[in-house]
Amino acid sequence: MEKANTDKYVQLEHVNMTFNTKKGTFNALKGINLNIKEGEFISIIGHSGCGKSTVLNLIAGLLHPTDGLIFCAGREIAGPGPERAVVFQNHSLLPWLTCFENVYLAVERVFENETKAQLEARTHAAIELVGLTHSSDKRPNEISGGMKQRVGIARALAMEPKVLLLDEPFGALDALTRANLQDELMKIMAKSGCTAVMVTHDVDEAVLLSDRVVMMTNGPSATIGEILEVNLPRPRARLALAEDKEYNHLRSEVLRFLYERHAKKSA
Amino acid sequence: MTNTVNKLMPIAKCFTFGSSSSLNVQAYRFFRWILPPIFGLFLLAVIWAMIAEHTPELPGPIKTWASAVELFSDPFYDHGINDKGVGWNILASLQRVGLGFGLAAIIGIPLGFIIGRFEFVARMTAPVISLLRPVSPLAWLPIGLLVFKAANPAAIWVIFISAVWPMIINTAVGVNKVPQDYMNVAKVLNLSEWKIVTKILFPFVLPYMMTGVRLSIGVAWLVIVAAEMLTGGVGIGFWVWDEWNNLNVEHIIIAIFIVGIVGLLLEYALTQIAKRFSYE
Ligand SMILES: Nc1ncnc2c1ncn2[C@@H]1O[C@H](COP(=O)(O)OP(=O)(O)OP(=O)(O)O)[C@@H](O)[C@H]1O
Ligand SMILES: [Mg+2]
Repeated sequence: MEKANTDKYVQLEHVNMTFNTKKGTFNALKGINLNIKEGEFISIIGHSGCGKSTVLNLIAGLLHPTDGLIFCAGREIAGPGPERAVVFQNHSLLPWLTCFENVYLAVERVFENETKAQLEARTHAAIELVGLTHSSDKRPNEISGGMKQRVGIARALAMEPKVLLLDEPFGALDALTRANLQDELMKIMAKSGCTAVMVTHDVDEAVLLSDRVVMMTNGPSATIGEILEVNLPRPRARLALAEDKEYNHLRSEVLRFLYERHAKKSA
Repeated sequence: MTNTVNKLMPIAKCFTFGSSSSLNVQAYRFFRWILPPIFGLFLLAVIWAMIAEHTPELPGPIKTWASAVELFSDPFYDHGINDKGVGWNILASLQRVGLGFGLAAIIGIPLGFIIGRFEFVARMTAPVISLLRPVSPLAWLPIGLLVFKAANPAAIWVIFISAVWPMIINTAVGVNKVPQDYMNVAKVLNLSEWKIVTKILFPFVLPYMMTGVRLSIGVAWLVIVAAEMLTGGVGIGFWVWDEWNNLNVEHIIIAIFIVGIVGLLLEYALTQIAKRFSYE
């Protein structure tokens, strides 16, 4: 087996994405080039509608690029695969299954050769990791929004992915729940060491969690405007960072990109 | 004496323990849910009685009621093939509807899934369905008689063909309405086609399917009376025709009520089943 280059674990090369719509073609992404290191945490930030989800769906294999190539671990991405798990923006749990069954569905598929007991143990472990053991037999409509999002994360993590793809995972949550889940996600990622790509529109979230922040220009034909390195030491503490000079500098860099150089023209 | 006291206790409670609110609730329920239907049925009887008053051939409610009591005192007699109790006739019709409807479900529901799932099949079947669906069910009877060379299977065939469309169409519509999010989950988790059907499509489509099933049973029951009038044998439709030949108008009116009530019960039973299967 060919050893993948760890500096280019996920690779997007000259990616263009054009959608066919009723009104003709729509060029969403143009000339996207990005190399993601193994174990790196990347955030993609940009104004609404610029194409963040499209980038994520391309890496997930849910979409195929019109032009260009996308690789993961040295192999071209042909479709969705168990090594790339997705946490969806609206949690996308199946409402007729309990939290346990939702996670089990993913586990069952990825670890096909294991016994039922092993699969159940994996499911329990994933649910425990996000602190939901007491609610594992509840249906999604019986738990709060934050809890649903945790189940979504548990479902993705239970697959033991190499790359975790998160599409505005905390977008629909209140500030407190969001902060808690961000802290938990940081711990989980430190433990698992997997690569992560997260779409967000929250500047603090991007800087706090990421090793690099990818800033996208506005669409149509959106592309990567700038990439910001975040060299803050880990583990990162939210409170300490609030006063940190470097953190605040990075934060204002992102803000400046979004609101000065690529301000969204008010609709 | 103690007996009367015991009987009155609940009523007394209502009045003493300040449960005027619960009394209000009861009164509200009575006026809202119980009174209007009773009033409606009463009005129907009055109009019917008034019309009957001026039409000597048409029996009024009281005469019909008396006849119904007599009829249902022995619903299951059997005096040979052409003279069976009304109970046998109802059962015979229900059996035909059950068979035709069951066949329609066995074929229609899976077909609906396939049509909803595969665009090519949908495009392929669309013209056929739009062409055949509006055809009056009874127009299929001669074909049935021709192919099966017997009245009973022909009647079942007519039920089948009229019941199958709502099930195909509603199931297919349900499958088409499955949110893209769920299908994305299926793709990302790389679920097998079997898991997609059992864990995502089926639970989501179930309410749509049950709507189709309910529509179907309604249509099937509507059609059976007409079909049996034409085919003869034993069955509520044939019974109506027979009583028409005997000029027994009371029995015809009773048959109308029977058809209505049985249809209502079928629909009610299916609604209850649908509720049990809903995941919400
Ligand atoms: N399947 C599609 N067909 C046609 N156009 C699409 C499709 N998916 C996305 N687009 C268009 O591509 C652009 C980018 O969409 P995308 O969902 O990636 O934006 P986004 O950055 O994730 O926005 P948001 O922050 O609101 O989620 C939008 O203009 C959208 O209308
Ligand atoms: Mg998006």
